[in-house]
Amino acid sequence: MSKVALAQFQQVFVEESLEGLDTMESSLLALDDGGDAELVHTIFRAAHSIKGGAATFGFPEISSFTHEAESLLDEVRGGKRAIDGGIVGLLLRTVDCLRGMFARAQAGELLDDATAAVLRGELAAAMGRGAEAGAAPASARVDRAEAWTIRFRPHPGMLAGGNDPLRLIRELAGLGTLEVTAELDRLPALDRLDPSECHLGWTIALRGPASRADIAAVFDWVEGECDLAIEPVQAAAPAPAPAPPAPAPVADMAAARTQREAGGESTVRVAIGKIDGLINLVGELVITQSMLDTFRDGVDASRLALLEQGLAQLARHTRELQESVMGIRMLPIASVFNRFPRMVRDLSQKLGKQVRLELVGEHTELDKTVLEKIGDPLVHLVRNAIDHGLEPPAQRRAAGKGDTGTLRLEASHRGGSIVVEVSDDGAGLDRAAIVAKAVQRGLIAGGDGLDDEAVAELIFQPGFSTAAVTTDLSGRGVGMDVVRRNVADLGGTVTIRSTRGKGSVFTITLPLTLAIIDGLTAAVGEEHYIVPLVSIVESVQLGAEAIRTVAGGGELFRFRDEYLPLVRLHRAFGCPGAAQRIEDGLVIVVEGDGSRVGLFVDGLLGQQQAVVKSLEANYRRVQGISGATILADGSVALIVDIAGLVRLQGGRKAA
Amino acid sequence: MSDHPGSEALQSQYLTVNLAHEEYGIDILAVREIRGWTPVTRIPQAPHYVLGVLNLRGAIVPVIDMRLRFGLPREDYGPTTVAVIVAVAGRNFGVVVDAVSDVLDVAADAIRPVPDMGTAVDTEYLKGLTAAGERMVLLLDVDRLLQPQDAQMLEAALPAAADVKAVA
Repeated sequence: MSKVALAQFQQVFVEESLEGLDTMESSLLALDDGGDAELVHTIFRAAHSIKGGAATFGFPEISSFTHEAESLLDEVRGGKRAIDGGIVGLLLRTVDCLRGMFARAQAGELLDDATAAVLRGELAAAMGRGAEAGAAPASARVDRAEAWTIRFRPHPGMLAGGNDPLRLIRELAGLGTLEVTAELDRLPALDRLDPSECHLGWTIALRGPASRADIAAVFDWVEGECDLAIEPVQAAAPAPAPAPPAPAPVADMAAARTQREAGGESTVRVAIGKIDGLINLVGELVITQSMLDTFRDGVDASRLALLEQGLAQLARHTRELQESVMGIRMLPIASVFNRFPRMVRDLSQKLGKQVRLELVGEHTELDKTVLEKIGDPLVHLVRNAIDHGLEPPAQRRAAGKGDTGTLRLEASHRGGSIVVEVSDDGAGLDRAAIVAKAVQRGLIAGGDGLDDEAVAELIFQPGFSTAAVTTDLSGRGVGMDVVRRNVADLGGTVTIRSTRGKGSVFTITLPLTLAIIDGLTAAVGEEHYIVPLVSIVESVQLGAEAIRTVAGGGELFRFRDEYLPLVRLHRAFGCPGAAQRIEDGLVIVVEGDGSRVGLFVDGLLGQQQAVVKSLEANYRRVQGISGATILADGSVALIVDIAGLVRLQGGRKAA
Repeated sequence: MSDHPGSEALQSQYLTVNLAHEEYGIDILAVREIRGWTPVTRIPQAPHYVLGVLNLRGAIVPVIDMRLRFGLPREDYGPTTVAVIVAVAGRNFGVVVDAVSDVLDVAADAIRPVPDMGTAVDTEYLKGLTAAGERMVLLLDVDRLLQPQDAQMLEAALPAAADVKAVA
C-alpha cells in the first residue's frame, strides 16, 4: 500500500476508532448503572476493532495499549472477573488516554505519554489482582508466563481471506520481544509455487509477560485458517503490582475532547434516507425543467396555464431542495449530550454529590455549526448546576429532599427555534448572596425594589461569582457572561428562572440554522436592510409627541407600559436621504439579548428569505451588521444584527 | 509562467491601469477579474475609500476606490471606470480605477526603485517603477493595499463604533 493510500485510510480509521471509543464510554457508563452482559461484549468488540485496526494502520503503541484493556475485558467477558466501579473507572480513563493518543496520532506527535505508561501499569496490576483473587484455573494449563513459544502455520488459503501474517506478527511484537524463525519445509519448487497461497510457517519465541488469552487474541481473526500452538517456556511469575497512581484530573478529559474537536477537517455523516430524498428531488427538478423547456419555441395563450403550473412546480421543488440541503447540515443534539453522562459521573464523584442525569429530546436536530458551538456553554451550565446548584446529600436531606439530585437536559423545537433547558432541583439562586455581592461590586445600590428576574440577571455580569471557595470547577467568576456571549454569537438568548430551595432552570434559545433567515426588508433612505423576523416584536407608527429625549441625547419612546430606547438606523449606519421626522417613518420594535429597542426606519418593503453570507470572509466584522445577503436583482443587502445594536445601545446607556 | 521554470523570477506580467493620468501596474497573478463599474452597497462605519460591497458570484466582496485610497481628487465614474478584483492572502477585494489599459511583460532587472518624490501614490505602496516605451509604469504592491493601514482599520473598528454610539 502506498504511503498516500495508507494515510487516507488512517484518517477513516481514526474517525471510526473515535466513534468506537464513544461507544465504549457510553457502554461503560451504562454498565456502571447496572447494565447486562451484552454491554461487555459491545465494549470488547469496540476495543478489539481498535486494536486490530491500529496494528494494521501502523499505530503499534495504540494497538498494544488497547490490548492491555482488551485482556482485562476478556476476563470480564469470560466471567473470570466481576465488573466493579474500580474497573469501570480504570477503563474510562483508558478510553480518555486512547482519545489523547488518537489526537496525537492525527497531529503526528509521539503517541505514548506518561498517562499511557501509568495506565498500562494499572491495567496490568488489575489483571494481576484478578489472577490472585479469581478462582484457580480449572485446567492445568498455564495462562500466564514470561516467555512463550508459538507455532503458527497458516493454511494455504489464509491469504485469500485478507489476513496478513506479517500484521499478526507485528501485533505480537506489541506483547514483548520476538524471535521469529520461518519454517520453509512446505515451500514448493519455484515452478509449482502459487504466489496467492501461503506456504510459510513460523516459530515465534515471545519474551514478555503475556497471557495465553493475549496471544490467542492476536490470532482471533485467523481462527480456523491456521494451525496454532501456544506453549509457555517457563512457569508464570506473578507480575509485580505497581503502586496505583493518582487519578488523572477531570480536565484531561475535556482537553482530549477539545483537541479532538479542533483537529482535522470536519466531516458530516448523512443518513442515506436524506441523500435518497435529495436524489428524488433533483429528479423532479429535471422533469420540471424539461417540461418548461417545451416553451423554448414560444408561448401561446392556450398553453399559458401549463407554463404557470410548471413555474409553480419549479418554485416548490426549489424550496424543497433548499430545505433538504439544509437538512444535511442538521444533526441530532445527542452528539453534544453524549458527553454529559461521563462528565456528571466524574464531577459528582469528585464533589461527593449524588446526581441523576436525565436527557430528553436527544434526537432534536440542529445545524452542525450551532451544534459545534453550543457544547461549551452547555458544559458550563452543567458544571455550575452540579457545583453550585445541587447540594450534598446531607444538605438535601435537611431540606426534605431525596439524597440524589436530578439534573435534566432537555432539547426541543419551538417554532423556528431550538430550546435547550438545563434544570436542576438544587438550592436555586441565593438572592441574598447575589445582592450582597452586587452591592459590594458596585453594580447596584441595594436589593430593594429588584424582582427575582432582575437579581438573576446580575449573574450574567462579567466577573460575577458568589462562590465562597474557588474550586477548579467554577467560582472564578469567568462564566455566565461568557455563556451569554457565546449564545448571543449564535443568535440565541439565555434566560434563567430560579426558585430558592427548589432549583434553577437555564433556558437557551437558538435559531435552527445560521445559514438562512426569514427577514423583513426595511428601507432607510436609498438603502435596504434586512431585519431578522425572529427578533421583530411589532412595528408601530409614532407621532413626535411620543418621543422623550433624555440627558445625553438618547431618545426613548412609549411602547405599551414601558419606555424603550429608540435607535435611528440612519444615524447608526449613516444612511443618506432618510426620513428625519418620526411621523414620516416606522418604528420596528425588536428584541435581542434579552432587551427591547425600537428601530426607526423609513418603511417596510416586504418579507423574504435571506441566505446569510459572511462579510468577514473578504472584509471584516461590522458593528450592528451580522452579515449580508444577495437580493433577487443580484445586489447586496446587509442584515441587521439586533443583539449587536442592542448591545451598542446598552453600552451608550452605561457610558 | 510556470510553463517556463526558472523564468518566473526573471519576468512577470502586470496589468496596467490608469489613475489620475498616471499608469500603474498590478501583478497579474493577483488579478481575478475586471468588471465594469456597477453600484455597490455601502457599508456602515467603513473608511471613506471603501465604497461598499458587491456580489461576486455569491461572495460578498469589498470595493476600494483607488483615488480616495491615495487621497486623489474624486472623479465621476464614466464608461471606462472599472473594478479590478484582486485576491490577496485568500481575500478578494475590488479596486476601482479610471481605466485598464494593457498587459506588460516586465523583466525583474527592468524594475527600478521609486525615488521618493512626485508620485501621487505613497511610495510605501509601490514595488518599483519600470519603463514601457515612452511611458513610465509604477508597479503597485497589491499586498500592501489592504494592509497594514487596513489591519489597523480593523482594530479601529471598535472606537469607530463608539463614535456612532455617541451620535445615536
